[in-house]
Amino acid sequence: MSTHNEASATPLRVAITGGTSGLGLALVRAYARQGARVAFVARTAEGVARTAAETGAVGIVADVAKKDDIHRIALQASAALGGLDVLVNNASDLGPVPLALLADTDCEDLERALATNLMGPFRLTKALLGALAASAREGRGGVVVNIISDAALTPYETWGAYGASKAALSHLSHIWDAELTGEGVRVLAVDPGDMDTPLHELAIPGADRASLKRPEASAAEIVAAIAEARP
Amino acid sequence: MRAANEPVQRPPDARLLVVGADRSLRHVARSAFAGLLRPGDLVIANDASTIPASLAGVHERSGAPVEIRLATRGSLAFEDIAFTAVLFGAGDHHVPTERRPAPPEAAPGDVLRLGPLAARVEARLDHPRLLRLAFDGDPAAVWAGVAAHGRAVQYAYMAPELALWDVWTPIAGPPAAFEPPSAGFALDWAMLREIRWQGAAFATLTHAAGLSSTGDPALDGRLPLPEAYRIPASTVRAIAEARASGGRVVAVGTTVTRALEDCVLRRGRPVAGDGVATLRLGSASELRVVDGILSGTHEPGSSHYDLLGAFADADLLAEADAELEAGGYRTHEFGDSALVWRSKRERQRRAA
Repeated sequence: MSTHNEASATPLRVAITGGTSGLGLALVRAYARQGARVAFVARTAEGVARTAAETGAVGIVADVAKKDDIHRIALQASAALGGLDVLVNNASDLGPVPLALLADTDCEDLERALATNLMGPFRLTKALLGALAASAREGRGGVVVNIISDAALTPYETWGAYGASKAALSHLSHIWDAELTGEGVRVLAVDPGDMDTPLHELAIPGADRASLKRPEASAAEIVAAIAEARP
Repeated sequence: MRAANEPVQRPPDARLLVVGADRSLRHVARSAFAGLLRPGDLVIANDASTIPASLAGVHERSGAPVEIRLATRGSLAFEDIAFTAVLFGAGDHHVPTERRPAPPEAAPGDVLRLGPLAARVEARLDHPRLLRLAFDGDPAAVWAGVAAHGRAVQYAYMAPELALWDVWTPIAGPPAAFEPPSAGFALDWAMLREIRWQGAAFATLTHAAGLSSTGDPALDGRLPLPEAYRIPASTVRAIAEARASGGRVVAVGTTVTRALEDCVLRRGRPVAGDGVATLRLGSASELRVVDGILSGTHEPGSSHYDLLGAFADADLLAEADAELEAGGYRTHEFGDSALVWRSKRERQRRAA
């Protein structure tokens, strides 16, 4: 009886939030191409239906910023995938649009950024940790990737809400990773770089797209990092 | 015993009555559970997450309001949406199930409108309130509908309405249970660490814990209904390792006990894979795998209590009961706990 055979019998099971645009969509496509079982989350039914039809992945219409949606997501994802090996917390909120000085940032904008970028990943990871740890016990590993940003490290002016929420997510990832060593679950914080995505267009309208990284390139790096983190 | 009527899974003052293999009785803080283990022991818990199995709606033919509680399905597969369900009449959980008005007569072919879901009654299963249902739509749509419209099965003794996060154990994984495998409320991630630090091991299986009460004596008498389970290969290996090192197997809850013993009775040994537990454990049962059970405090007469009869004889269980009563232990899903080590076979061994 070999762990390797057991582990490879079932395709990789991956859940991705914010899966209908930008990096999330690139990840859904990359994993679907690999033959992984993929579930993804996004807020609009139309976008979810489109990405599901294109990729064959299971779409879940929900908002990670809403507490009431979290267990619904966890239930549908772990039911559809028959467990979970990888969770990518990718859905992100920029905070105020257009970007604003902190002193001009509405409290509600900061709260929304924290709800999407910090509380959402925290709650969803917690709700799916049992499935991830079960996967790890089966020798398949369990990996959580939290998408951060260089704004988590560098105090760029006008990026206060986003930067603070991503800094918190980054620190949370490192602490959780240390705490879960014994369970065989890894929690990674990954900065995908400045990508040509709808979020970037919101932040810096009219930026030179040629100078930006293609989300497919970042997705390929993240897929590689996840493979590296698994046993 | 008092009903625990606050949805707090791990109150800091939760208590644990330890019923020893040597027939001793002692009280400890439940948070000290891991300290009772020895190197080589194995703790196995049910990692099922709880489906929001209570669906409110309307019986189309009569127009009568109904609640259904999903009760079983034949396997744990995503595609398997052939649920059986128990039908309840108007009203909600504030009325104890035994006092709920009778539901409308449901005949094969009748349609139940349940929020975004529609289900056709395929058959009545030898009880007018136990139905086999066929849901419209593909599995993804049915799961999405259950996730959106379903609520956790509620309890009349519980003051606040239970949300899913109240009833999912910290280790909850695949949605499989219809009521929470509540013995697992005792566990948290810190306790899993302590189990490892103790030199013991932790493993899981997934078991579709079923309804605890239907309010109908004839139906309640049939509980537990057949319950699907899945045992992972790593858990089978962990059992072999515990056995080889002289360790004891501790089941967290009646569902884990039922799944493991059912598997061994059918297959001769723990085998990885899927099964459906039909075994009813009681005082006449011989346990082949499980050496101890960490469980809620169950009241005499329930199937959960009967199961303890496989671990300890009636005299000892009566003593334990008196001790729980005198100690003011809290009962029900969110109550205190008991750890019952198997004493029956020990006695037989000593006698031999």
